[in-house]
Amino acid sequence: MEKVGDYDELVNLKATELRLGLPGTEETISCGKSNKRALPDDDTEKEIESTGKTETASPPKAQIVGWPPVRSYRRNSIQTKKNESEGQGNYVKVSMDGAPYLRKIDLTVYKKYPELMKSLENMFKFSVGEYFEREGYKGSDFVPTYEDKDGDWMLIGDVPWEMFVSSCKRLRIMKGSEVKGLGCGV
Amino acid sequence: MTQDRSEMSEDDDDQRSPPLDLRSAAIAEPCSSSSSSSSLVVVADSTPNKSRNCISSSSSGTLTSQPFPDHVLENVLENVLQFLDSRCDRNAASLVCKSWWRVEASTRSEVFIGNCYALSPARLTQRFKRVSSLVLKGKPRFADFNLMPPDWGANFAPWVSTMAKSYPWLEKVDLKRMFVTDDDLALLAESFPGFKELILVCCEGFGTSGIAIVANKCRKLKVLDLIESEVTDDEVDWISCFPEDVTCLESLAFDCVEAPINFKALEGLVARSPFLKKLRLNRFVSLVELHRLLLGAPQLTSLGTGSFSHDEEPQSEQEPDYAAAFRACKSVVCLSGFRELMPEYLPAIYPVCANLTSLNFSYANISPDMFKPIIQNCHKLQVFWALDSICDEGLQAVAETCKELRELRIFPFDPREDSEGPVSEVGLQAISEGCRKLESILYFCQRMTNAAVIAMSENCTELTVFRLCIMGRHRPDHVTGKPMDEGFGAIVKNCKKLTRLAVSGLLTDQAFRYMGEYGKLVRTLSVAFAGDSDMALRHVLEGCPRLQKLEIRDSPFGDAALRSGMHRYYNMRFVWMSACSLSRGCCKDIASEMPNLVVEVIGSDDDDENRDYVETLYMWNNGCMF
Repeated sequence: MEKVGDYDELVNLKATELRLGLPGTEETISCGKSNKRALPDDDTEKEIESTGKTETASPPKAQIVGWPPVRSYRRNSIQTKKNESEGQGNYVKVSMDGAPYLRKIDLTVYKKYPELMKSLENMFKFSVGEYFEREGYKGSDFVPTYEDKDGDWMLIGDVPWEMFVSSCKRLRIMKGSEVKGLGCGV
Repeated sequence: MTQDRSEMSEDDDDQRSPPLDLRSAAIAEPCSSSSSSSSLVVVADSTPNKSRNCISSSSSGTLTSQPFPDHVLENVLENVLQFLDSRCDRNAASLVCKSWWRVEASTRSEVFIGNCYALSPARLTQRFKRVSSLVLKGKPRFADFNLMPPDWGANFAPWVSTMAKSYPWLEKVDLKRMFVTDDDLALLAESFPGFKELILVCCEGFGTSGIAIVANKCRKLKVLDLIESEVTDDEVDWISCFPEDVTCLESLAFDCVEAPINFKALEGLVARSPFLKKLRLNRFVSLVELHRLLLGAPQLTSLGTGSFSHDEEPQSEQEPDYAAAFRACKSVVCLSGFRELMPEYLPAIYPVCANLTSLNFSYANISPDMFKPIIQNCHKLQVFWALDSICDEGLQAVAETCKELRELRIFPFDPREDSEGPVSEVGLQAISEGCRKLESILYFCQRMTNAAVIAMSENCTELTVFRLCIMGRHRPDHVTGKPMDEGFGAIVKNCKKLTRLAVSGLLTDQAFRYMGEYGKLVRTLSVAFAGDSDMALRHVLEGCPRLQKLEIRDSPFGDAALRSGMHRYYNMRFVWMSACSLSRGCCKDIASEMPNLVVEVIGSDDDDENRDYVETLYMWNNGCMF
């Protein structure tokens, strides 16, 4: 992982060294493809033709990473518009404490909570532990929450799925001490 | 009219320059490389090879005392070299001898670094003492397409912290594809009291809180341009952070900021910014609000509209006269925005069409019927970006009216391989016949013919940039079924000024033979899913002497091809090859044979079976600033 300190250390490497090795931390990060940002995986599953043709639901071709070469920024802008113009999709922002980027997901892609949680876990590379009705999420520092229409922060999973989808404005994956009071480990 | 083109994000550098050789200076820089846990960095021996450079023998690195004529000469030189602006000229001057090198270094005020890993910030400040403007580029372009780990690097932090100590007079920072944090922005705002221009293109890592600090502390700020960058919404009212008195603002672009803004504060800011010429709003500014802004800022020359739509149902009372607001903007020559467009409001822009030299509709899903009445007024248009929703029919309209067109970019509304393609060879042919002064084109399509591409090569002789993206991989000429070799061959052959080329469709080695034979001025080449064998890459590496930036993906080029370019790599800014047929062994060999080349291999080390396979190779010359 690139850090300010590491840079200076690298510059001072012994001049004659020919080495093979992973610099920096021990953390293994899978290669670029699975860490890709902002290319919504949901895209391939739920994409509706924008031309308005009626089509049988043939499985779309697997999308090649980064092809066609349109920047994420541009893709996302157009994507949002397409969905808005068709009344499709319910995009909400997702933030995670400690992560530098916000993400967006389309809640209409999921049918139930486990699907959503799996997707979030993949997106941010963490795990939520197990959900208990009374105690909330156990087994992890991370707690998935959402802001509802009234502006209250709720634990994801407490209300029936449909109610959640219709009232959820945004998601936040809280960490550590922030989570007290949300019904975790009561 | 380069001024208008600078409204859009620049993909290309106009300057040609011989590589700036820094190794003539006293201390040789060991190979610096980016580090990321997912990359395997092959670091090679870094003894400097001083005999390679062009500087005369007086640059042996030891400062022997010279007789007095040199001092006189240096004074004269200083006065003369101050007038040299062009990077190319300055690089050449610095190679004359040690004395010229020294004087040039002390008078260079704008530094351009094409690859932030080519040298360290320490080297920059050691050599150049009076820098007031820095242009810095980070990640290679293919990072835009998710081909690189997100945490790869290109951090601004070491640069800003070093410059904070060495260049307190710094005025301008222009970054592209760098990772910039809020802390970096805070340090920048605090360290440079005379700071004037901040331009962040395709950057990320910061949010509205960082922007707020810049707005608040940089009292002399003239330019704040955030272009196609990812800016997190920290829920900070950054617009209100600008100081209360009259500002120096000349350009404010925040169309990429995906966060609501305080419109009242924005209105107040515009009202107290008498020098404001360029304003690019984000989609959280409604049409009604835009109307008010325009009435208060008739001096604008460049406008990025926000959302060109209404939130609620149209009121029963009279709607604002949007056309009147545009009519008041007599100076607007550059128009963009149109996010969330409601097409029925588009005619409001009629009053400015006749003056427009630059128009960006590339976020607007506009049909040909809506488009044609607009474009028919745009006789002066030189730069035009749009979505392919305007169809071939729309392009024909462009060809009929826009005789001054220099730059055209057509993006896909539906950026997938197997989608319907509303534009084709028909549109390209029309443009080639109508827009003879065309210099730069980027064209996404689903089908194309060699005939149309050949026609463009013959009609548009001024072309310097030709980027054609046939979205289906390996797709041939859809009429003849043949590869697209002849079309691209004609481009390199007939467009004698061509410096940048991006190819696509079904291409054999023959296409590359043409490139090697005719592409003598090509500096940037992008290849994807093309070629049959190593020979293709060899043609290019052996035949294109000016090649500086080479980016290749998913093409069958292997070790032999890579080796064939070894005589070239020191003169190139970078080489990118992903999903080709390279082996780790070959990369190691090259690294050890070329001491000043940084050879980075990214990814694929978790695949034990295929440990020798190289997923991505990224290499660049260490110590050359380009």
